[in-house]
Amino acid sequence: MKTTYREAVRGALRDALSRDPRVFLMGEDVGRYGGTYAVSKGLLEEFVEERIRDTPLSESAFVGAGIGAALAGMRPIVEVMTVNFSLLALDQILNNAATIRHMSGGQFSVPLVIRMATGGGRQLAAQHSHSLEGWYAHIPGLRIVTPATLEDARGMLWTALEDPDPVILFEHALLYNLEGDLAEGARAVDIDKAAVRRAGSDVTLITYGGSLGKTLEAAEELARGGVSAEVVDLRTLRPLDDATILASVVKTRRAVIIDEGWRSGSLAAEVSARIMERAFYELDAPVARVCSAEVPMPYSKHLEDAALPQAASIVATAKGLMHGRV
Amino acid sequence: MNLDRATARRLLFEMVRIRRFEEKSAELYGAGKIRGFLHLYIGEEAVATGAMPALGPEDAVFATYREHGHALTRGVSAGAVMAEMYGKREGCSRGRGGSMHLFDAAARFYGGNAIVAGGLPMAAGYALAQKMQRRPEITACFFGEGAVAEGEFHESLNLAELWKVPLLLLCENNLYAMGTRFERSEARPELCAKAQSYNVPAESVDGMDVVAVMEATRHAAHAVRAGGGPYFLEFRTYRFRAHSMFDPELYRSKAEVEQWKKHCPITGFIGRAAASGLLTQADTEEVEQAVAREVEAAVDFAERGTWEPVEDLERDVYTRR
Repeated sequence: MKTTYREAVRGALRDALSRDPRVFLMGEDVGRYGGTYAVSKGLLEEFVEERIRDTPLSESAFVGAGIGAALAGMRPIVEVMTVNFSLLALDQILNNAATIRHMSGGQFSVPLVIRMATGGGRQLAAQHSHSLEGWYAHIPGLRIVTPATLEDARGMLWTALEDPDPVILFEHALLYNLEGDLAEGARAVDIDKAAVRRAGSDVTLITYGGSLGKTLEAAEELARGGVSAEVVDLRTLRPLDDATILASVVKTRRAVIIDEGWRSGSLAAEVSARIMERAFYELDAPVARVCSAEVPMPYSKHLEDAALPQAASIVATAKGLMHGRV
Repeated sequence: MNLDRATARRLLFEMVRIRRFEEKSAELYGAGKIRGFLHLYIGEEAVATGAMPALGPEDAVFATYREHGHALTRGVSAGAVMAEMYGKREGCSRGRGGSMHLFDAAARFYGGNAIVAGGLPMAAGYALAQKMQRRPEITACFFGEGAVAEGEFHESLNLAELWKVPLLLLCENNLYAMGTRFERSEARPELCAKAQSYNVPAESVDGMDVVAVMEATRHAAHAVRAGGGPYFLEFRTYRFRAHSMFDPELYRSKAEVEQWKKHCPITGFIGRAAASGLLTQADTEEVEQAVAREVEAAVDFAERGTWEPVEDLERDVYTRR
């Protein structure tokens, strides 16, 4: 079945709303407008307004309300328009959602799902383009997932809703128009494991979310140059699937991590540290990273392109590793 | 006073219980048995005591970091609260929360929130769920006047009124956000006007008078339960003790504190109830004795409590291991 990432997410939402009366969607412009990225378009007509709930521009209040509703037995899906806006709700996400279970001695769980768009590449400049999922992955008590394929866009939401603890899904904004084939019966998928998206033997390219496409493109280019790259899609940034990462790196003996976050203190830094800790003596070269330049995202196209990881920079970095130049 | 003798005695018992429990807590803090932050409610006992009877067992309660009084009057056992402050496994949060994070699922007591105004969005969401589930229960959220300066207060009131959720907003105005008097932080110090600006009905109540608190809260809870949406009550009160055990109280005069102590909610209530023939000297003495026994038993329970094994440190970060 030909479909898009956007339609796959919508299908997941429709499915969840149909299957579980405790599920409802709320966020800015999810109803009448149809969703900022048109993800929830049409759902208001299919379901009652109470369950497709437009909110005021109050990130902290409606994310916190999602936590409260989850505590009271509902299964809310809260949509935050973009990751930069989620900072207005960070108090609720960190101080309440991630914390209440432990702080209450295990008495209360928060089965909340938050979805938000992340990432750059659309010339939206420095307040709409950042990739902060690595920050969220720092927080114990949360599960962070990053659907990068149609199957994951369709299948991760239901599994997230079944998780008794808070799950944040980061949808890279450039993926919504991704087209491809999705099996008719595609349903829930796990949110625990990384996936090998392309097998290879010379170098492991580790990435997630919006960078997966660029990384696969880079792997193609590397193959044309005689380098066999394996591509690992992390899928879940917390908890990280160390086993899949290490199995691949031990096999190829080289690793490049591609992460749209800023380099310093990034998720890429965490993955790199884990490889050093657990596979240092298996490596033929130091772990390398391709991250975003350490600038607020610029508006101008050529500058934004230069700030983001690109297939060319991934290829250059991987080739450097192969030739002992890092 | 429009009270029966049993109610008068119960109100006295609850207020004295908070007072003596906290006096003991302060003593134990000095002895090093309790650590971290300890925020005493002494002086404000009439608020929790008067408000709680308006709530049923299925209603939900969200409170602040100065919540010993709310927890006790809501039915969390004194032993479990004391053991929590000792950091023991038998504490109401298994020693993970301490004084500021008392939780109790059986009492529908959702903490114990040490982020000022941080409980308000959750309480609004809890009330939203009650409404969506067509349940008859309501949610009560306690917060201090300091919370009114936070964005979360304004966002939550707007949301709660917009969606007409069954939320009882109980503002304890003890005049000071830590050391900042509220006139020094509010461009417009009339708190009810802020709630009314969101179309939320609001009343200001003498928070040192437990009967006034009880009547106002019962009325407000009734309106909320009837489906009228949120209701805001300001309780004018005063804390007699320092903000926390670290506070040298440089921001207010001893004379001011002494002046407020003349309006002590407990002695004031005893005087008025005695004058109405509702309480006798013997009642007061019996209450003191019963409370003393309970506080002693709570301390004993905490002393006998056990330490969570360090191997369980990471327990309860996630529901599934």
